Amino acid sequence: MDLSFNAEERAFQDEVRGFIASNLTEEMKRATALTPSVFSDPDIGVAWQRALHRQGWGAPGWPVEYGGPAWTPAQRWIFETECARAGVPNVNVMGVKMVGPVIIGFGSPEQKNFYLPRILSGEDYWCQGYSEPGSGSDLSSLKTRAVRDGDDYIINGTKIWTTHAHHANRMFALVRTGDGPRQQDGISFILIDMKTPGITTRPILTIGGDHEVNQVFFDDVRVPVANRVGEEGKGWTYGKYLLEFERGSGIASAKLREGLRALADLAESDLTGRAIDSPDIATRISEVEVDIDALEMTELRVLSALQTGQNPGAVSSILKLRNSEIRQAVTRLGVDVIGHDALAVEPMRPLYRLNHEPAIPEEMLTMVPEYLNGRAYTIFGGTSEIQRDIIAKMMLGI
Amino acid sequence: MDLNLSDEQKLLRDSAERFVAGSYDAAHRRRMANDPLGFSPAVWKQFAELGWLALPLPEEFDGLGGGAVEIGILMEAFGRGLVSEPYVATVVLGAALIARCGTHEQKQSSLPKVADGSLKLAFAHSERAARFDLAMVATSATKTAQGWRLSGSKIAVLDGHAADEIIVSALMHDHHGPSGRIGLFVMPATVPGVAISDYARLGGGRACNIELSDAHLPEDALLGDGHDALPAIEWAVDRAMAALGAEAVGIMQTLLDTTLDYTKIRKQFGRPLSANQVIRHRLADMAMQVDEARSMALRAALKVDAAPTERARAASGAKAKIGRCARFVGEQSIQLHGGMGVTEELEVGAYFKRLVAFDTLFGGSAHHYARHAELGRRA
Repeated sequence: MDLSFNAEERAFQDEVRGFIASNLTEEMKRATALTPSVFSDPDIGVAWQRALHRQGWGAPGWPVEYGGPAWTPAQRWIFETECARAGVPNVNVMGVKMVGPVIIGFGSPEQKNFYLPRILSGEDYWCQGYSEPGSGSDLSSLKTRAVRDGDDYIINGTKIWTTHAHHANRMFALVRTGDGPRQQDGISFILIDMKTPGITTRPILTIGGDHEVNQVFFDDVRVPVANRVGEEGKGWTYGKYLLEFERGSGIASAKLREGLRALADLAESDLTGRAIDSPDIATRISEVEVDIDALEMTELRVLSALQTGQNPGAVSSILKLRNSEIRQAVTRLGVDVIGHDALAVEPMRPLYRLNHEPAIPEEMLTMVPEYLNGRAYTIFGGTSEIQRDIIAKMMLGI
Repeated sequence: MDLNLSDEQKLLRDSAERFVAGSYDAAHRRRMANDPLGFSPAVWKQFAELGWLALPLPEEFDGLGGGAVEIGILMEAFGRGLVSEPYVATVVLGAALIARCGTHEQKQSSLPKVADGSLKLAFAHSERAARFDLAMVATSATKTAQGWRLSGSKIAVLDGHAADEIIVSALMHDHHGPSGRIGLFVMPATVPGVAISDYARLGGGRACNIELSDAHLPEDALLGDGHDALPAIEWAVDRAMAALGAEAVGIMQTLLDTTLDYTKIRKQFGRPLSANQVIRHRLADMAMQVDEARSMALRAALKVDAAPTERARAASGAKAKIGRCARFVGEQSIQLHGGMGVTEELEVGAYFKRLVAFDTLFGGSAHHYARHAELGRRA
């Protein structure tokens, strides 16, 4: 057993650092640090995706024939860790990490040829149409319906919590094309052009003051049958495959560690009156740091298993849950570290392009919004309660 | 970067698990709990034959040159059976201190005997006033014409009653007074002026308090050359905490397995307990904490040879986190067993008590989070 990287891996680490140093602008870095929502806005995120694509690193998880870099699990770890350390933009994962793998796994040759290059280059910007107002954790109860009409489906219904729908030109959606004995039957996986007539988007402001999610309405929206991925009625299988990616692709500890480091810097600065001198704050920083250490080791254990072709097993279902809980612990601590300055509300967005002097130091601006928006970490992508159900079932067999 | 077990490590794990499953059952543990020695000399002999006593010792002194990961593998298996043999006292603490601090002659005279099972050791360091501060030692060692004279009180010495030789920490005094340096002295248990009062340890095994009243030791009782031994003590205790952390993981895993089985069988209101979501979620949390503890024990083991601050933060982080997980898993195991969990009729309580002892040894979670924070201060 060994925690250190070999010479080849260290050389790769240098390569990643070199790439970041010559492509990450100060503007991108500042914008990322001052974004209190999950993903960077497209002007920042897409710029970074383009840089990655130029390097051949646009889709780390994809097979080589579709443009993936053929990295080992260790290389992916190094890449993610270096990106987190440097504070690179948080690229919207809906394209590369979510719809991309589904199209690769189940799409037609035409779909692969058309969509995959546009995901890699950042030309297409995707959003995810899964949840509905009546279907949260019980996702397969969804009601948005696609009725066949010649070579088209006509779609009616609504999707909610649609991240960046207001930026996206495409959506992948689960829609009901039929009814079967189980509610999972009769669901199809469809790719929708967001400019199609009949689609309207309503912004939803989250409690941190950010516009990241939306509700999307479909009124007689005509989508070619050719936009269906895989078989009609098998969409649930594809959708679940994708959710596995959303939950399991976790290399999250590096980002958590970076968030904690920024917070510890603040706690040690005069801006917070040296919050770290309070034993309570110092100890809580250690508690969170130790939790990150544990998560990192679990990630590395999963990675080691993958590296030798073993199935890491149910332990990966722990990763999403712990990641979300620790993220919340970091943001909770952030609010406490800034003390009185947590009272100041800055309603303008983006925080990196304010046209006035904020009431509190810039480094503190994201603390409260991140804490408030961060309540969603244990809700989206399967609530913590659903995750515990999964752990009980998959890991404990009950 | 590779956290997979090697083939040799898998063999070690399998043989340790097999041995513990075959030699330790409830009846054995009950016998040991009422035994004045608290463990079985026959089992100790088998440990020697299996090479476990030699495992981490240097090869030039009949050791096998194993590392903290191998110790962890063994300790996790020990935890599953609540092994009460004095392994930590003799091998993880005692022999490690001799291997690190001793002169060549001292190593030669002790380590091969540890390896063959003929020498048991203990480490007497804790004192009542020091609480968990490793640097605070009031026991004195005064230089005399013939050697050293030791006086003071030590508490909570693991397995000191069974040790042939006890390694005692003491503040060294010369004719000018206290030197400020801590020395480690190898003291035969039979030296006049040594009073050992032993007691049954919470969760199995024994411990003792030791009164030293002008105990005379020869010159060469001092380990090494008289440099301050505090760094070595911190090193050894960090290693011991990593090993005990692995043992706690084994204990927690057994409690989780047992509790899981019980909730599947026990029926209330016409269905098994495990059919209730509140129970399933509790078990999921327990499983998660066992896994986090496993990660932290491994992390501490992999960092025992890192630079002192990094090593100490890994050890304290692991001790703090595993202690917290241990309390949760232990308390919830009792809770889910209902009234039976509070009785001596089931073994849940015995496993829980060993976890409480683990959390207390060398300082609890609060102490180690504070130490972790203190060591992390940048300026």
